[in-house]
Amino acid sequence: MEHVLISPAKAFVFGIPTVIFSLIIPLAGVAVFTYIIALRLKPMVKALPDHRLDRLWTRCGKMLKYALGQYRHPRYPDAGIIHITLFAGFVILALRSITLVLLGISDGYVLPGMSGTVGEVYMVLKDIAGTFVLIACLAALYRRLIIKPERYAVPPKYGKEHTWEAVLVLLLITGLVTCDMAFEGSEFAAQMQKGIATGILVPMTGTWMAAHMLTLSPMNLLQHIHLGAYYSHELIFFFFLCFLPMGKHFHVITSFPNVFLSKLDKGTIKPVRWGVGDEALDDLESFGVKNYEDFTWKHILDFYSCVDCGRCSDNCPANAVGRPLSPRFISVKCRSYSFAKYPLRGKSVDVNPFIGNVLEEDEIWSCTTCGACEQECPVLIEYIDKIVDVRRGLVDDGMVPQSLQKPLGALEKRGNPYGKMEKKRSEWTRDLPEKFNIKILGKKETADTLYFVDSITSYDDRIQEIGRAAAKVLFAAGIDFGILGPDERDSGHEVRRFGEEMLFLDLRDRNTEAIINSGAARIVTADPHAFNALAHDYKDIPPVEHISRTILKHLKSGDLRLKPVENSEKIYTYHDPCYLGRHNNLYDDPREVIDAIPGIHRVEMTGRCRDRSFCCGGGGLMLFYEPIEEKRMGQVRVEMAKDAGANVIVTACPFCMVNIEDAIKTSGLEGEMEAIDLVELVERHLIVD
Amino acid sequence: MEILVCIKRVPDTSENEIEVNRDGTDIERDDLVYSVNEWDNYAVEEAIQIRDKVGGSVTVVTVGDEEGEEVVRREMAMGADHGILLSDEAFSGSDGKGIAAVLKAEVEKGNYDLILTGAQADDGSGQVGGMLAAMLDRPYASLVNLIEIVDEKTIKVGREIAGGNQEMNEIDLPCVLSIQTGINEPRYVGIRGIRKVASLEIPVHTAEDLGISADVVGESAARTKRLDYFVAEPGEGAEILEGSTDEIIDKLIELLKAKGGIK
Repeated sequence: MEHVLISPAKAFVFGIPTVIFSLIIPLAGVAVFTYIIALRLKPMVKALPDHRLDRLWTRCGKMLKYALGQYRHPRYPDAGIIHITLFAGFVILALRSITLVLLGISDGYVLPGMSGTVGEVYMVLKDIAGTFVLIACLAALYRRLIIKPERYAVPPKYGKEHTWEAVLVLLLITGLVTCDMAFEGSEFAAQMQKGIATGILVPMTGTWMAAHMLTLSPMNLLQHIHLGAYYSHELIFFFFLCFLPMGKHFHVITSFPNVFLSKLDKGTIKPVRWGVGDEALDDLESFGVKNYEDFTWKHILDFYSCVDCGRCSDNCPANAVGRPLSPRFISVKCRSYSFAKYPLRGKSVDVNPFIGNVLEEDEIWSCTTCGACEQECPVLIEYIDKIVDVRRGLVDDGMVPQSLQKPLGALEKRGNPYGKMEKKRSEWTRDLPEKFNIKILGKKETADTLYFVDSITSYDDRIQEIGRAAAKVLFAAGIDFGILGPDERDSGHEVRRFGEEMLFLDLRDRNTEAIINSGAARIVTADPHAFNALAHDYKDIPPVEHISRTILKHLKSGDLRLKPVENSEKIYTYHDPCYLGRHNNLYDDPREVIDAIPGIHRVEMTGRCRDRSFCCGGGGLMLFYEPIEEKRMGQVRVEMAKDAGANVIVTACPFCMVNIEDAIKTSGLEGEMEAIDLVELVERHLIVD
Repeated sequence: MEILVCIKRVPDTSENEIEVNRDGTDIERDDLVYSVNEWDNYAVEEAIQIRDKVGGSVTVVTVGDEEGEEVVRREMAMGADHGILLSDEAFSGSDGKGIAAVLKAEVEKGNYDLILTGAQADDGSGQVGGMLAAMLDRPYASLVNLIEIVDEKTIKVGREIAGGNQEMNEIDLPCVLSIQTGINEPRYVGIRGIRKVASLEIPVHTAEDLGISADVVGESAARTKRLDYFVAEPGEGAEILEGSTDEIIDKLIELLKAKGGIK
């Protein structure tokens, strides 16, 4: 097809060949961009190591699913669809933008492989994409400026709103697509005026509209529009490129690598220092994060990648009950700090100390490590490891809340947070009828299965009932099992997650020895926190299973049989414990077990179940912590169950039981709502021959 | 400022079930776990904070057998610069005055501006601080919950009086203070902290080192003698609720309601 207008590669303005601008703008843009990126890499180079280059195929798969596939976006349908449109448009238009840059240097340039039909198909595709991007931008502007969804709001203590940034970027994108439309549209209009065949014009696309709007314009105006649109596109494009690393739109560049380099092992906690084994920990000068550069380079990449979309905080239970924690602002505050300390020009601004000014102690202790934030983040930013790392630093400096010092001291001395005697660890079995004689493994007795009880089930009056129910169910299933008794120590799950790594290692080593000594071939536990610890934090021990899975297997095999539901008028709902669900993907087994009770009526807390379950308030040491909060997470959770129409909350975690039962009492819902553990529910419905 | 903090190793009341033994001579000591006396821990924290503010050093000292080293080390992990263990067969069975005499001998070997003790110990009777001050003939303030350093010669100390009101006193250095809990928030000491100071030398001073003659310390010199430990009988009108925690709470609420304590 023949061109009518003079292309930017050949045009002259005031006697100057415009090709000069076509060369200068990209060169200057790329140079500035490279300089900015180099400076952004500086703190990452200074940061601590991180091991992220294993299992490359898994990483590629994750990148395809979460980055290219935008897998998590539809969890928020409105914003999700807009983003997917913008992203798809961006991917398609990237080629066009590169072509345009080169068109300004070499007239009629075509990217290799883009000639002929492929090129024509692409041009159609990019016109459609550009149009959709334009519509998406307008929709996004409408959301940002008119609807103003609550999750974008910035509480005053976290600084100012970033709406201007979002709006500016939306305008830049709008500018980019409309410039291309005007650039092409003016050429098409000129061709139409001359009666020359144009390229393919898809009706209703932006280019089509531009061409039709310009058909009657005089030729010299068309030429001005053609060149003007081209260089506007050029300027916007390179300004946008250099603007990306200035704030939240850095994610355009970092999200693919961030997803590729993301954490692969759910439920685990990063080592104190990558590359330093447990034995060498004593030689480390310092533990955890005390200064910004104590984060790993990947964690700094996380800060860069945060889009400030607020999905994490929208799902954070701590944020929901008014605790001083909003995961989104951990990323945003650290990024702002990073940009100020490593500025592009001018003086470095540092605030000292980092902990206390940028991140606050109460903020860091407020997290229950429930994982709701990480479950939601579209670019897989990690929070738990960072929070644990900051806690490690606080513990190392002795900055542990008073409420946690007693239980930690007791764990050190007695192996449980209550400070109870070791020899009383198996006393919960005393109230079992005589026929249930529970073996204490290790010294004289052995068994196929070890029932790992953990501290709360061993010592808490109420939770001991769950232990006894578990024992009865295991007996009924015909499982040859025993317990460690006085040799058992706390699993240390929260000890590690509260940053007291050395104490955790001590507990782990003692338990590991006792578990090996027991001679058991497998481990079963009714405590998801113990389950997670044994499954992910311990090494070289027999396989561990949560009792919900054990029960389901034995229901399927017929070893366990259940009678019809005791009270068919009650409506049950299942509360997913964080460490069973989100951290270990065990969502279906407990539900199938409940549904195996004939005649039971179970409802879901729609929208707040499975991986969007709402934390009950946290387990282990979190029971001792006295947070600043407006209400209890458990109360919010009980409300959700009530709203779902349930009057019995079934859970599968001793800590959930404590928190939910407390919440029922403090909400004045006694008699109206009740809580029961899955194991207790099963035990009550056992058919015993 | 040179600060000496006197500390004591005691059975941890929050992690033990304290029971009187059968013949009433002592508490059951099997299965006990020990820690530094809570008041002393606050005193050490206060000393460390003062040192960090005005400079100087903090020394912790305890009178006891070799197991006393454990608590000295723990307080060194907390941040004390030096630790001393005062240990001798001759010291065993000392009463408060005997312990104060041992401490006095150690104080006189050094050059301390400020001597802190806990206001009392979990297993003690709150005598040592006052006696030590008297023996040293130094000014003494007890139950201190606030310290302000004025200059090298003077400090201000606060004490809580009835109704939650605060009393402030000025006191000249060198002096002795007994420290109340709540004066600060003691920092946490983890296993890692203790391991870091595991190899530090803790000198042991005996009666001979201190120049103490056997007749002022030990059981023979004690002028108070412990006669018996027993569990008090419920008096008239007293009732001990029994059962599980929940049952006890239910009964208590019932009682409070019945007696008009709550509505």
